[in-house]
Amino acid sequence: MTRKVYMDHTASRPIDPRVFESMTPYFKEIYGNPSSLHSFGLDAKKALEESRTKVARLIGAENPEEIRFTSGGTESNNLAIKGVAYRNKKRGNHIITTTIEHMSVMNTCKYLAKQGFEITYVPVDNQGVVDLEKLENVINEKTILISVTYASGEIGTIEPIREIGKLASDNEIYLHIDAVAAAGKIPINVEDEHINLLSISSNDMYGPKGVGALYIKKGTKIQPFMHGGGQEKGLRSGTENLPGIVGMAKAAEISEGEMEAESKRLRLLRDKLIKGALGSIERSYLNGHPTKRLPNNASLRFSYIEGESLILSLDMFGIQVSSGSACTTKTLEPSHVLLAIGLAHEEAHGSLLFTLGKQNQEEDVDYVLEVLPGVVKRLRAMSPLTPKEMMR
Amino acid sequence: MYSEKVMDHFKNPRNVGEIPDADGVGTVGNPVCGDLMTIYIKVKDDRIMDIKFKTFGCGAAIATSSMTTELAKGKTLEEASKITRANVAESLDGLPAQKMHCSNLAADALKAAINDYLEKKKVKK
Repeated sequence: MTRKVYMDHTASRPIDPRVFESMTPYFKEIYGNPSSLHSFGLDAKKALEESRTKVARLIGAENPEEIRFTSGGTESNNLAIKGVAYRNKKRGNHIITTTIEHMSVMNTCKYLAKQGFEITYVPVDNQGVVDLEKLENVINEKTILISVTYASGEIGTIEPIREIGKLASDNEIYLHIDAVAAAGKIPINVEDEHINLLSISSNDMYGPKGVGALYIKKGTKIQPFMHGGGQEKGLRSGTENLPGIVGMAKAAEISEGEMEAESKRLRLLRDKLIKGALGSIERSYLNGHPTKRLPNNASLRFSYIEGESLILSLDMFGIQVSSGSACTTKTLEPSHVLLAIGLAHEEAHGSLLFTLGKQNQEEDVDYVLEVLPGVVKRLRAMSPLTPKEMMR
Repeated sequence: MYSEKVMDHFKNPRNVGEIPDADGVGTVGNPVCGDLMTIYIKVKDDRIMDIKFKTFGCGAAIATSSMTTELAKGKTLEEASKITRANVAESLDGLPAQKMHCSNLAADALKAAINDYLEKKKVKK
């Protein structure tokens, strides 16, 4: 049997067994509705509020009431951006974001542009770091929101959030941070970093899928787009997904406790993988920032070959990764994030994203490093782009 | 996503390589789009005696290149020039819809190689 190595933790993660355990009573025993007045309801309400506290602690929020549960990162990003835009349009219609955001931010902004909002996309440098000077220069009197990713799940670069936060707060503009890829992996403090809204997802922290949260700093003016029974302080109607929320909170609690040790472990594995690949494969490169990067992210690219054929080839050896190239998706266009860091289309097409996770061990990295050079060599031998002298 | 046949041709592509003294060479696609392929043919008595390919691209691009060379090998130029993208996709038990357009270029590369041969022949005369 081929060895199985899963290194696609940006796409999906298994649930932590401790999280799974914590959720089970909430399916069969504690099934009350947190809005009910009877004791079943009160038990559910208690679990809901305890969950809020745990999630608040992970991101340094002072008040658990500032946490609203959603269905995941995409909903949190939608709620934050549309909610602030519509509620504050009398003050202005200008929103600033960057060229490397997740599709749930990109497409929400595109949608708002059609609704009459003006969107400015601030560029990043070739390591994916947001250009602070340009960001400052595009702020105007109509700017109501800045939305930036804490760290890109695709190229791993961690953004200068504190500086962006200072800029936003000095100009009295709301700051939304998409922390889906960062939360649970690196320390976040919404207070110190002047963040008004922050999106996180449960599964990205080894919690269940279909749950997320949006931190909304007290006093932030925002409106809901889900109307109904007024749950989550009127901002997100619909009976709460209690098993999911409890699971997310447990995942947040575990992440908080284990972050330091796990990040250290992953960084070592990540660096071994990057160094090993770049050292053994000619014309291979790292995407993103070499040091200011997520502990589990190794985004690599290889000249003359294409990402999807790399994925399929590695899968033949039991190695599961994803591609920076969106050839696997419907559009066939290379990733906008890779183009935003200045890569040519053909370079972007040749990218491969390794994202490490809890179950990965050093032997997994060794195995990848054993297999990868041969896979690259085979595809290069087939490619008309490979220079002849390289194949000798 | 892909049929077993596509995966077979991706894993064990037939006729990979170059023919240094090829009688016809055809290149289609663009690395910008993520797919680029070159087909080389060796012709004798209007028949394709040898054919090789080189491809930069996704799994479908490699598999369709491989299948096209298999379909064309030994055929007369007239027969080979009738091979269409649809024939190639069919012979591979189908391709995902989004791959039909961009990645299924090998039949065009074959036609380009045949035209290149015919052009060169004209010049010689």
